Amino acid sequence: MTRNGPLAITFNGLFVAFMLAPLVVVIWMSFTPENLLVLPTTSLSLRWFYAILDNQQFINALGMSIMLGLIAATGAILLAVPAALALSRYRFPGRDGLVAFFLSPLIIPHVVLGVAFLRFFTQVGVSGSFIALIGSHILIIFPYGLRLVLASLTTADPAIERAAVSLGATNWTMFRRILLPMIIPGVAGGWMISFIQSFDEVTMTVFVATPSSMTLPVRMYHYIEESIDPLVASVSTVVIFGTFLLMFIVDRVYGLDRTLVGPGK
Amino acid sequence: MAEASKGRIPYLLSLPALLLFAALLVTPLVMTAILSFQNYDLTTGVIDGVTLGNYRDALSDPYYHTIFLRTIGIALATTVLCVLIGAPEAYVLSRMQPPWRSIFLIVSISPLLISVVVRTLGWALLFGRNGVINQVLGALGLGTGPIPLLYTVHGIVIALVHVSVPFMVISVWASLQRLDPKVARAALSLGASEATVFRRIILPQIIPGILSGSLIVFALAASAFATPAIIGGRQLKVVATATYDEFLGTLNWPLGAAIAIVLLVVNAAIMLTYNNLLERRYARTTR
Repeated sequence: MTRNGPLAITFNGLFVAFMLAPLVVVIWMSFTPENLLVLPTTSLSLRWFYAILDNQQFINALGMSIMLGLIAATGAILLAVPAALALSRYRFPGRDGLVAFFLSPLIIPHVVLGVAFLRFFTQVGVSGSFIALIGSHILIIFPYGLRLVLASLTTADPAIERAAVSLGATNWTMFRRILLPMIIPGVAGGWMISFIQSFDEVTMTVFVATPSSMTLPVRMYHYIEESIDPLVASVSTVVIFGTFLLMFIVDRVYGLDRTLVGPGK
Repeated sequence: MAEASKGRIPYLLSLPALLLFAALLVTPLVMTAILSFQNYDLTTGVIDGVTLGNYRDALSDPYYHTIFLRTIGIALATTVLCVLIGAPEAYVLSRMQPPWRSIFLIVSISPLLISVVVRTLGWALLFGRNGVINQVLGALGLGTGPIPLLYTVHGIVIALVHVSVPFMVISVWASLQRLDPKVARAALSLGASEATVFRRIILPQIIPGILSGSLIVFALAASAFATPAIIGGRQLKVVATATYDEFLGTLNWPLGAAIAIVLLVVNAAIMLTYNNLLERRYARTTR
C-alpha cells in the first residue's frame, strides 16, 4: 500500500489551512466585543449576534432567502423528477440534446443570466417581484436537482419496475409504490443541494432583486460594498453554521461525498 | 396504438421543464441578444433599430479592452494556480487511508457550499491594510509595512483560487477513481520508482481530469462577480462587474447586453473547442 510521505502530509495541511482560513477568520471576528473588526484575543462576546436581531433588513433578507429556497427547490424537483424519468427510462430522438439543454444553465455565466432575466422581467412587467425571483431560481438550480435524481434513477433496477407493471400495476402506482421509495434519498439530496444553490446564489440575483425583494447574499453584498463591520461577520457566521447543519443533513440522507463528487467510489 | 402513445410519454414527462426553459432561458437570452443590437440615447433610453455600435464600443474602447484583458489574465492565473494546488491535493487525498480520506475530501470541497459572499468577506478581512495577514506579518517583524492585497489583482486571484479550487479537486479526484491500482502496483513490482510511476502511469491518466477541471475553473473565474467586486473595489473592474455597472449604474442597457453577449459567446467558444479537443485526444481514457 502506498502511503503519503511527510511532504504530502505537509501539503495537505497547508491546503486545508488555506481552505479554512477565511471561514475561521469570519467566525472568530464575529465574536469580538469591540466596535471594530479586530480579532478578539482577551474576551469573546455575542453582542454582534444580538445586533442582527435589531437589523430588520438582514432579518427580512434571511426570511426571503429561506422562503425562496424552499419554494424554488420544491419547484425544481417537481420538474426534475418527471424529466429525469424521461431521460433515464426512455430512448427517444433528441434525448442527448435534451440532456445538454437541461444542464446548460450550469455553463452559462450567471452574470449573463442576470442581464437576460432583468431585461425579460422588465419587459413582462414583473421586475423585482417574488415570482420573478422564484422563476429565475428554479431555472438555475434545476440542473443540480436533475443530476442527482438522474444518478439515483440509474442505480435503481428497471427490472423491478417491469415486474410491477407486468403484475398489473398502473404506471402511476408503480412510480408511487416502487420507484419513488427507491429514489427518495437522491430526490431529497437533490432538493437540498438545490436549496443550498438557491440560498447561495448572488451573481444572478443581484440583477433581479430590488431593495424590497433582496435575498440574504445580495443584502450582504450591498452591505459589504458600503462598509465591512462586525455585524456582517456575525451574519456570515450564522450562514456558515446554517450551511454546516444542512451539509450534515445531506450527508445523513444521501452522503455528502456522493452529492459533491458524484457516484462511483 | 400502444406504440404511438408510448412514444409520446418521454416528451410529456419533460414538457413541464421544457416549457420553463423556453420561457425563462431561451426567451430572455434572445431578448438580450436583440437588445444588444439596439441603440441607446442618454435622454430617451433604448431606441428600436439595428446597429453594431454597441459591439464596436465594447470591443474597441480601450476602457473595455483593459477590462477584457484583465478578466482573461485573472482567469488564466486562477486556472494555473488551481492546477498547481488542486491536482496534487486530489492525488494526496486519494492515497490517504479510509477515515482521513473522506474527512479531508469533505474539508477540501465543502467550502463550495458556503456562500461566495461569505468566503470573499473572509478574504477581505484577511487582506485589509489592518487585516489579519498584515497584522501577523507585523507582529512577526517581517516585511516593511503593510503588503497591499485588498484592491489588487493578485488579491482577486487568491480569493478566486479559494472559491474555485474545489472544482479542480473534484475533477482530478474523479479521474483518479477510475484508475486501476493494479497497473501502478505492477509497475512498482517491476522495479519502477514511485516518481516514475507517478510520471509515466498516473499523470497521463489524470490529465483529462486536470483539463476538464481547468475548463470549469476558467469559466467560473472569467465570469465571477461577487469576489472581484468585493476584493477589487470600485476601481478594478472585470467583465461581470462592468456589465453590472452598465445595467444598474449608467443604465446603458444595450451596451451592457452587448458585453454580456460577448462574454457568453467567448465562454461558449472556449468551452466547445476545449471539449472537442479533449474528446478527440482522450476519447479512450475518459470514461
